[in-house]
Amino acid sequence: MAFSRKDLLGMRDLEVDEIETILDTAESLKEINTRSIKKVPTLRGKTVVHLFYEPSTRTRTSFDIAAKRLSADTYSIATSTSSMVKGETFLDTIKNLEAMRPDVFIIRHSASGTPHRIAQRTTASVINAGDGMHEHPSQALLDMLTIRQHKGRLDGLTVLIVGDIAHSRVARSNIWGLTKMGARILVCGPPTLLPSHIEQFPVRVSLRLEPVIPLADVIMVLRLQKERQGQGLLPSLREYATYYGIDRQKLAQAKPDVLIMHPGPMNRGVEISPEVADGPHSVILDQVNNGVAVRMALLYLLMQRHESAV
Amino acid sequence: MDPQRGMDRIGDLVLRDGVIQDVIWEPQIAEPSAERRVIDVMGKWVVPAWVDMHVHLREPGEEYKETIATGTAAAVAGGFGAVACMPNTKPVNDCAAVTQFIVRRASEEGYCRVYPVAAISKGLRGEELAEFGELREAGAVAVSDDGRPVMNAALMRRALEYAKAFDLLVITHAEDLALSQGGHMHEGFVSTKLGLQGIPAAAEAAMIARDVLLAELTGGRLHVAHVSTEASVWILREAKRRGIPVTCETAPHYFTLTDEAVEGFDTVYKVNPPLRTRRDVEAIKEALADGTIDVIATDHAPHSLLEKETEFQDAANGMIGLESALPLVLNLIREGVADPLTILAKVTCKPMKILGLPFDGLEPGSPANVTVIDPDAEWVVDPERFQSKGRNCPFRGWSVRGRAMMTVVDGVVRYSMA
Ligand SMILES: [Zn+2]
Repeated sequence: MAFSRKDLLGMRDLEVDEIETILDTAESLKEINTRSIKKVPTLRGKTVVHLFYEPSTRTRTSFDIAAKRLSADTYSIATSTSSMVKGETFLDTIKNLEAMRPDVFIIRHSASGTPHRIAQRTTASVINAGDGMHEHPSQALLDMLTIRQHKGRLDGLTVLIVGDIAHSRVARSNIWGLTKMGARILVCGPPTLLPSHIEQFPVRVSLRLEPVIPLADVIMVLRLQKERQGQGLLPSLREYATYYGIDRQKLAQAKPDVLIMHPGPMNRGVEISPEVADGPHSVILDQVNNGVAVRMALLYLLMQRHESAV
Repeated sequence: MDPQRGMDRIGDLVLRDGVIQDVIWEPQIAEPSAERRVIDVMGKWVVPAWVDMHVHLREPGEEYKETIATGTAAAVAGGFGAVACMPNTKPVNDCAAVTQFIVRRASEEGYCRVYPVAAISKGLRGEELAEFGELREAGAVAVSDDGRPVMNAALMRRALEYAKAFDLLVITHAEDLALSQGGHMHEGFVSTKLGLQGIPAAAEAAMIARDVLLAELTGGRLHVAHVSTEASVWILREAKRRGIPVTCETAPHYFTLTDEAVEGFDTVYKVNPPLRTRRDVEAIKEALADGTIDVIATDHAPHSLLEKETEFQDAANGMIGLESALPLVLNLIREGVADPLTILAKVTCKPMKILGLPFDGLEPGSPANVTVIDPDAEWVVDPERFQSKGRNCPFRGWSVRGRAMMTVVDGVVRYSMA
């Protein structure tokens, strides 16, 4: 199936067959990562620019490795501040970037919607590498690939997402993506970390972990930003760990073949205990490994569109 | 049509030397002559000039966004013959000198009447009252810290009390900052989908409840600016039922747009209070119909590209409204929300009465302030052709019906189409 999008901005607007195409492509590209010379000439001469307005070594490295394995030239513009802070207007930034004639921008930004706004103003492809509290589609795709590898399917599975749903772009992207593929989503967290109108999403909500743990085929543990306590959303990290942290004791109530996932980086001892993070159910390192394959697939599919358009 | 006297008939309006000389309800075929100019407005509406009691003219201090000249030119092009301008200029209109400057500028360069609204607190800081007496003498008609709520309830109480001595209206921007903090749009399903932090409806309604109680306590005249939520409406309805001296306004975008407009992250839809839900929009219309909402004002808030072409969360709040309001207000009539005279009262006699200003309407002997409306004129909103310097108009490209053909301010034709 041809992939005809210019940009990859979020899971909410992807169709089921597009998601399948991405996952299948990632599966076939994975093999390259096991070769002794992990490089193919597919994207030779293409320019990929990383535009990271928010620090993220993991995601940037993953995208960078993906681009280089496909022989693209990569450039990195990393800054922790927004363009406005530096006195350059948003439009100036885009015009400057456009003048570099890149083929793909990979954008991470702390402001929701920024990749969308840039995508509307550039002819290059834009990949959203995480925007504010909005979406993180490549993370959802690598999560889906990981689940599919271990469970053989997504359809009919029950995925429990635990933690700070309100501020999580990973949760949002996974909710859209997984429900499209036929999975059931349960979300669980303290009410102060559940977003407004969560009941209008295609999910079921539980305020306590105990009743839902036995139902899950997959438990997706979200990172807890420690500053949530300072914002008055939590009384203490200790209490959070007690009621919402995944430890061995709580895991004992789960299905024997349950998968434990985490988008990283982990707060060991807060949302996840070390024994669970490194335990037999954990597929956290598979997620990292699949990240490169999914990002190779995204670059390949977006560039293929460019080729056919010429 | 004269909403003040409930007149809706066909007739001739005779003006002489800037004064309404006569209204002849039996139309005659007047012959043009050397001393008599005849304008045929058959099929059009002749109404008192519209009044917008909530605009931002940006002068002094932010003339790159708007000036008194461009803002009032936009007003008359939209059918407005008078505007009240908010004090959040640079410097803030919190002293007689700034008020006098605005009054003078308006008389030199303005296209319509301009009524300055002065600050409640010095520097809009919410700490000390501004000098209401001097401000009133300099020409201020009301006080407001618009753009910022008065968070200190005791200061708001004192403002409502002190304002009584000078018969000043106190206009509240109702927003509990602790509840709205960090928010960029209405808190709801859409904000959660977009990952934008929300402002709950309760941030507005809770503050209105507080201010209504303070109005009851003090007997001061309170006017609530830009009401946008269902909860605000029921608090105000109940307050009026209890006889508390409170009035309020809403703006065309609050009965025309919903928070779904923000879906594409276009900053033109970023406004404070934020665009709400379908349910809120329906509640606003109901409140317009039953009289809970007294006035329609635009909250015309021009910004330059610089403030809007940025990340959504960094963009300035506000949209322009003077030149697009008229067809949106007429939509209320077409949709059957209320009859023409009820709706027209909210943009003519009601705001003047609330501001404590004389309103003559189409009464013979009064200064001629008249707007001629073609209710059926179809046009496409194109902000590039606006008189305002602002281009932050959310209705760009909309096909609308109804347009001001002519605006007469104190006997002078200040705007005429064609
Ligand atoms: Zn305001």
